[in-house]
Parts: sequence; C-alpha cells; structure tokens
Amino acid sequence: MSMRGASQWWIPGAVVALACSLLLGVMIGPAGPTWWRVPLELLNRLPLLSIDSGLTETQWAIVWQIRAPRVVLAALVGSTLSIAGASYQGVFRNPLVDPYLLGVAAGAGLGATIVITVNRSSTSSWIIDPLPLIAFSGGLIAVLVTYLVGTTGKGERSSISLVLAGVAVTSLATAAQTFLLQRNSDVIRQVYSWILGRLSSATWSDVRLVVPYVVFSTVVLLLHRRLLDVLRVGDEEATALGVNVSRVRLVVVIAATLGTASVVAVSGLIGFVGIIVPHAVRLVVGTSYRLVLPISLLFGAAFLILADIPGRVLDNPAETPIGVVTAFLGAPFFLLILRTRKNER
Amino acid sequence: MTSLAFDQVRVEYSKRTAVAAFTDTVKPGEWLCIIGPNGAGKSSLLRAIAGVVPHSGRILVDGSPLTARSSRRRAQLIAYVPQSPVLPSGMTGAEYVLLGRNPFVTHFGRESELDHSMVDDVIERLDLAGLATRDVDTLSGGERQRLVIARAIAQEAPILLLDEPTAALDIGHQQQALELVDTLRLEHGLTVVSSMHDLTLAGIYSDRLVLIHEGHTVASGIARDVLNASVLAEFYGANVRVHHDEDGTIVVVPSKREALK
Repeated sequence: MSMRGASQWWIPGAVVALACSLLLGVMIGPAGPTWWRVPLELLNRLPLLSIDSGLTETQWAIVWQIRAPRVVLAALVGSTLSIAGASYQGVFRNPLVDPYLLGVAAGAGLGATIVITVNRSSTSSWIIDPLPLIAFSGGLIAVLVTYLVGTTGKGERSSISLVLAGVAVTSLATAAQTFLLQRNSDVIRQVYSWILGRLSSATWSDVRLVVPYVVFSTVVLLLHRRLLDVLRVGDEEATALGVNVSRVRLVVVIAATLGTASVVAVSGLIGFVGIIVPHAVRLVVGTSYRLVLPISLLFGAAFLILADIPGRVLDNPAETPIGVVTAFLGAPFFLLILRTRKNER
Repeated sequence: MTSLAFDQVRVEYSKRTAVAAFTDTVKPGEWLCIIGPNGAGKSSLLRAIAGVVPHSGRILVDGSPLTARSSRRRAQLIAYVPQSPVLPSGMTGAEYVLLGRNPFVTHFGRESELDHSMVDDVIERLDLAGLATRDVDTLSGGERQRLVIARAIAQEAPILLLDEPTAALDIGHQQQALELVDTLRLEHGLTVVSSMHDLTLAGIYSDRLVLIHEGHTVASGIARDVLNASVLAEFYGANVRVHHDEDGTIVVVPSKREALK
C-alpha cells in the first residue's frame, strides 16, 4: 500500500542521487583534469558519440584508473554495509544492531593483524594479496563460531543468545588482536590505519574481488525484504503466518555476513554507515523494509562516495581515514534528520 | 468447513508439562471455548495448534496431522490471534492486515492485486477504513483488536484461534469483538477455538466449553453442564453464583465471602 502514491518516487530519486554522486566522485580530485571536462570525456567514451573534451591520455588514466575504481568501491562498500545493517536490524528486531554485530569486524581485524605481524613488509606486491583474503576468512570464521555457539536456544531466545555470542566472540578476537599488537608494537600504525578503513588504494582488482559477494548478498537480501516486514510482528506470530523464521534468519545472516566480510576485507572497518544510513532512511521513507532495503542500498552507496571526497581533497596527501569522515559528516546529518522529523510528528 | 481433532496432545516446556494428553474433536463450524484458571494450559494448547510451540500426540485438520504440513500450508488452514499481538510501530493498518496474506505469497514473491483487493475488502467489511492509513502505534485497544482480527480474516483460514480475545477490552468492545467473530464465523463457516477468562461471555458465544486444569481436561460440554458453582469452586478456587436466565443464558457472578454467610 505504501508503495502506492508519493512514495513510488523514492527509488527513482535515490537512483538519481546515486548517479550524481558517482559523477561528482570521478570529477573531483587533488590531481588531474579540470572538473567539467570529465563528464564530456565520459560522454565521448560512449558509443556513437564524439565530443572533444580536451583530456590527455594521462588525465584520462587518472580518472579511469585511480578515481573510478575508488568511487565504485566506495559505492559497493557503502551499499553493502547499509543494506546488511538494515537486514541485521530486521532479523534481530533490534535498532542498535550494526553489520559488525556477530564478530565480522573483530575476526577480520584479527586476520589482518596476523598477516601484518607475520609479514611486516607490504603484501600488496604479491601475486595474490593475502591481506584481504585472510581478513575475509577471519570475519567468516568469527561469525561461524558465533553461530555455532549462539544457536542452542529456541525462537526469541536464540536471537538474544546469538547476539550475546557475537559480543563474546568479538571480545575474544579483539583480545587476541591486542595481545598480538602488544608483542609487535612496530606494526601498530599499520594495523591501526587498516582498522580505520581506507579506499585510497582501491584498484579495479579490489572491485573485481568483492563484486561477486556483494551482488550475491544484495540480491538475496532484497529478495527477503517482504519477509523482513512479516518478521516485524515477532517470531511467534511470523511462524503462525507461515514463515519459517529460523531459516529466514539464517539465510539473511549468511548473506549479510558474506557481503560485509568481503567489503571489510578490501576497505577495512568503516564504522557508522551500517547503523546510521538505515535509520536515516527509516526516518525519511518510513519503516517498511520494502523501501528501507533498496533505499538504504542506494543512499548508502551515495553517502560513502560523498564522504570519501573531502578526505582526498582536504588533507592531501595525508588522507583522512574514511571511517573518521563518515562519522564527522554522518553524525550531524543524522542528528539533523532526527530533530526535524521528530518535530514534524 | 473444517474439523479439528486432538489425539493425546501434549505440550512440554523443558521439564514442565503445560498440556497433558488433550483429546477432543471440534466439529466443522463449531466454536469451542477453552476455559480454566491462569496457567492451566489454555494458551499452550492454542499455541500448539498454531505451530508456535512443538507438541507430541496428533493434531488433525480434516483428518490429516498438522505436523505433516509445511508452515505455509498450516497458516493457510489456521489463523491465530495471540493474547498480546505485536503491532509494529510505523506500520499502517492496511499494511498490517496485508501480513495476513503471507501464507499465499511465494517465498520471494510479492502480494498480487488479488491480495490487495482482498485486504481492501476485509477492511471495508470490518468497517476499518479509518484505520487503514493510520500508524498502528496510534490505535486504541479496541481498534488494535479489530485490526488483528481483520488480519486473521484476511488469512482466509477455515480455523480461527483466539487467545483471550477480550482480555484488554471494556465490556462494550468485548461484546463488539465477539459479535464480530460470531458473524464472521457464520458467514465464512469458520471453526473457532478460543480461550476466555470471562465465563459468562464464554458460555454465551461458544457452542461448547472445555475446562482444563493443570493441563488436564476436567469438564467438557455445553455451558449448562460445565458452568456450575461447585466445579468452578473446585478448579478456580472461586466463590461464584451461577444464574440461569430465562433465555437460557448462564451468568457467572462472583460473590463476596460475607454474602455466603
């Protein structure tokens, strides 16, 4: 019902916002061509069109090899964290849940710390960079442990014990990570910069690495958006309405975790996005997951692209970590929405 | 119309037995009311039929056991109105009623136009048009109860389970809700199983009463047989007078201890 009427414009609107963000993302940067030449060159690259944008090959390389993968990766990371966060909040019926809830972040952090301590020089020159792979596996193993330990109870109780198990596994992995760092204090800076998240070194190969997981995760989560609405009446009533609650929860958690682990592996821990974007979206479009999931996906992508722009321009060449920027930009923005929306009601 | 039969149904929570060997047959179109003191096992029995808690023994719908059916198929046969339903804040009345169509929508599918028009129809017939676009959070107890019943009706299940449908309502709304159920039961040929605390209302609206106590059936039959003062005193520990009105209504009135002297 809510899909009828004015709200049918939300999705097209969000698509336009994302397209504008993508364009802005490839137009702005510390080096490279004048900003307005970039869209002309992009048009020129389309088939059947020929426009002289005045871009040199080097300038085009900056746009296509440096900016574009970074912008695309930001979009993938932002959309995945947002939709995963919204989905976790749905299956656990807890608004404070973020995609790192079940230990993905801590497990990936531990994995990354192990790689960095074992191999002090950079691993990015290897044929296959082990850092994202080990971080990815670390994240998945942590969630697997959480799930094995946390799903003994039945129904409502199992979702609480799952969350508690996630807290315990997170503490355990963080403790192990701290222990490793104490023993190897020379790599603290390196590990710390990984934890704070970065998109600066993004390449097309990073994008290729995460795309399969991100696409799988996104499609599965979007397919469950109607069922997430049914789950809002609680496990018992959803069961009585014919939903196999534990199976839906398992599938959603697997999909959200797979997506989260893959983006964490290439971008580090970018906090804040997975919890704030879905809530900002709810405040604006309402609470139905049929809208919350697709809009979170689109706005999450746009948000991270935009959040990544000041980081690379302002502090050049030092690069402010993206996790810091998201919190700096996102928190006031969120508070603003929270206030204006509350006053409206 | 659909029949519902119970064969030695047991419900157990870890070590405690909530329902012990319940056996009964509810005829198609019948309204069975389960009565009994708090903790007797009324809700547990209803929750077992709804498939929310596991049971042993057999619950048969039109002769075939419930456990043999998928949860979706079961929800097509049985609609359940819990004692304290969750109405998610931010959901509109119409969206809430639409949830009742879930058993007819495929896992990854969306509601069809038919589902939507079905919901519109239920909302219109139950006179809930004013609630359709309102946030369910803003509704009164009576409005919420009617909306939950509307959701159950939208489910189009031939068996309707009501757990304490009048617990949160004043006397006018109690009557309204039960009249609504009764009308719908006659219109759609529903088989109704409800639990109820108000014994007078239970006697008026149901065809048959089953009194359970600590999980065991202790009395069963029409209101005239089950609702008698000595039975109620024994199992509820209550001092009551039972009036038989001229029109056949059985009225259960609590009496103050002094009055007995």
